[in-house]
Amino acid sequence: MNAIALQIVATGALVGVAASTLGTFLVLRGRALASDAIGHAIVLGIVLVWLATGATSGPLQLVGAAAAGVATVWIADALGRTRRVADDAAIGLTFPALFALGVLLLNVYARDVHIDAHTVLLGEIGFVWLDTVPVFGVAVPDALLWLSVVTLLNVGFVATFFKELELGTFDPALATAFGFAPGALGGALLALTSVTAVASFDAVGVVLFVAFTIVPAATGYLLVDRLARILWIAAGVAVASSVLGYLAASAADVSIGGGMAAATGVFFALALAFGPRYGLVAQRIRRRSERDVHENRALAVHLFQHAGTREAGEENVVGALRDHLRWSERKARDVVARSLDAGWVDRDGERLALTERGRAAAREILHPERRDAPSAR
Amino acid sequence: MDLATLAGDYTVRTVVAGAALLGIVSGVLGTFAVLRRQSLLGDALAHAALPGIALGFLVAGQRALPALLAGALASAVAAALLVALLVRRTRLKGDAAIGLALSLFFAVGVILLSFVQGRAGAGQAGLETFLFGQAAAILRSDLWVMAALAGVALASVAALWKEFELVTFDPTYAAALGLPVAVLDVTLTALVAVAVVLGLQLVGVVLMSAMLIAPAVAARQWTHRLGRVAILAALFGAASGVLGATVSAGARGLATGPLIVLALSAFTALSLVFAPTRGLLPTALRRRADRAGHRDRDVLRALDTLRRRHDDPTYAAERGMVDATVGHPTGRTLRTLERRGLVERVRHRPEEGRHWRLLEAGEAALERGRDGPDAPEGRA
Repeated sequence: MNAIALQIVATGALVGVAASTLGTFLVLRGRALASDAIGHAIVLGIVLVWLATGATSGPLQLVGAAAAGVATVWIADALGRTRRVADDAAIGLTFPALFALGVLLLNVYARDVHIDAHTVLLGEIGFVWLDTVPVFGVAVPDALLWLSVVTLLNVGFVATFFKELELGTFDPALATAFGFAPGALGGALLALTSVTAVASFDAVGVVLFVAFTIVPAATGYLLVDRLARILWIAAGVAVASSVLGYLAASAADVSIGGGMAAATGVFFALALAFGPRYGLVAQRIRRRSERDVHENRALAVHLFQHAGTREAGEENVVGALRDHLRWSERKARDVVARSLDAGWVDRDGERLALTERGRAAAREILHPERRDAPSAR
Repeated sequence: MDLATLAGDYTVRTVVAGAALLGIVSGVLGTFAVLRRQSLLGDALAHAALPGIALGFLVAGQRALPALLAGALASAVAAALLVALLVRRTRLKGDAAIGLALSLFFAVGVILLSFVQGRAGAGQAGLETFLFGQAAAILRSDLWVMAALAGVALASVAALWKEFELVTFDPTYAAALGLPVAVLDVTLTALVAVAVVLGLQLVGVVLMSAMLIAPAVAARQWTHRLGRVAILAALFGAASGVLGATVSAGARGLATGPLIVLALSAFTALSLVFAPTRGLLPTALRRRADRAGHRDRDVLRALDTLRRRHDDPTYAAERGMVDATVGHPTGRTLRTLERRGLVERVRHRPEEGRHWRLLEAGEAALERGRDGPDAPEGRA
């Protein structure tokens, strides 16, 4: 990789780490779409700050955008509190209105400035090396510098308030009782999300910022339960996606930002399919084994109920499973084979009989209350 | 340009007609989306349409609207199915599922778009107009395609009205009646996707969610009947569409989509504040009137109690005693009641300060309040 490639990958990785660190909490708190709302609404903040001060980047822009982002969520929350609008509808009403206002202001005042809607939505990570500032004599891309600051800010924030954030996320009531001020921390989270969005939008654009906020965090959440591990996995996925996304996108000569965001999707798909506990394959295996156990128990109960009765000769045979339990030929064969393996059933030609173990199992299913009272037997 | 010239302009007429059409369809289908708590699904569908548009272009080999719309519809529905899968089969919440589908489909769309634009001769595809909406790019032939799609969507809603109503308000009951709830769910979502796809060219990806949500929220303020909400939402949508398109044509340089959305937002804000029963202002005024009524009655009752306690129908109580009986300062309330002729102030000797006496009219008001609808519990 040459220097430019390295700068591009580093930019993507920083966006990813900064966004997914906060995104983990947003996803767990059910506020994932705040990143979408904030990402769009900061356009208005950027335009207003530019109109007021003429600055198109730098600390003023970060502060202005943070204010716009927090204001968006605040307006949406206030709308939701009136109980006239559902919470999700409130978000969906607020950010398009602010975005529309921002775009119209751009239409009127800023036709030739570089902050146009295209950049905001799509970004162009391929050009991050164009604007540089000297740091200790080395030309460092603007975006890279700001993203480093923002990443340090986010990671520092999460590390400092980890305990408070964790409790505020999983048990807000207890956090309030402890005096952890979950409201203030939630506000800080949203403010940092806004700052991160404005620092990222030049590079990857708003929608891909949303991808970096939500997808790595969701990937971690599907894999593990411990908050710290989710954070580590999210950061890892974000960095790996930047590298892979860059390599794939530049090989195919397509959008690099899009490639990086899509790469997070690949990791998510893998976790969704093959996650050890929550993955779809694991779920399927678990469901199947539960069904197997269930069927074995059904057979044991069936045999137990008819054992020693007049119909035993006609009920406790393999054919009856098909005719009376309406099991398919294959299912009956499978269940009998499993029950033989488990030592619950003995087979004599067509006839089936429970072993002592099978009888015990059936008794326990039918009369669970006697399990702890052997004297009642 | 004055209004007459505008109305005569061919392009302007096309855009206005398209905007009105979009307003009607998104108003009606947004009603269902909002009531089903799927407001932001529209946002996801809009973003998710992008890869479909690019694929449609690649398959058709040119900017043929039917192919683009078909692709957009297909990928939007695929995203909706992904959201449903994630919500049902994983522990992700609905908002994370929507954000995930939205951003990943969009990412694929950005990749495909850059691929399309990278190919020689395809640079002029103008697919980016779908991102931000470019109303002026709508051709008369596009309008016919849009009208056909809108017609199909509205006809489906009309034909399946009762079923949709039931699935929206009581899916459990609908299932108990034997309705194919899952099929109806998907159908309704697909129709929302149709509305979204219609809007992309006009208002673009970002603003589409407002086109669905705002008319329904505004309409819901004025009535609680589903049919009326849908019709009102269609009217709000159409009015905003016409307004936005006309202003945009008159004031060169202002984008149509944002203007339509701002018009809609204004309708919604006005409805939220001023609608008679659900509006925030009327509600606040009613609450204030209630509070004042309670205060008045408390003071009148205190005067009455004191009068009975002293066995003197003309007894005049001291301010301090009234305050103590009611439990808080009553000076202002007493003065208001005096103005209304319900109590009067009596001056005994100067050193004793002001006294207040209940008048006949006040007695009558207290009697009325006792039997009235606002009478406190246990008194009625």
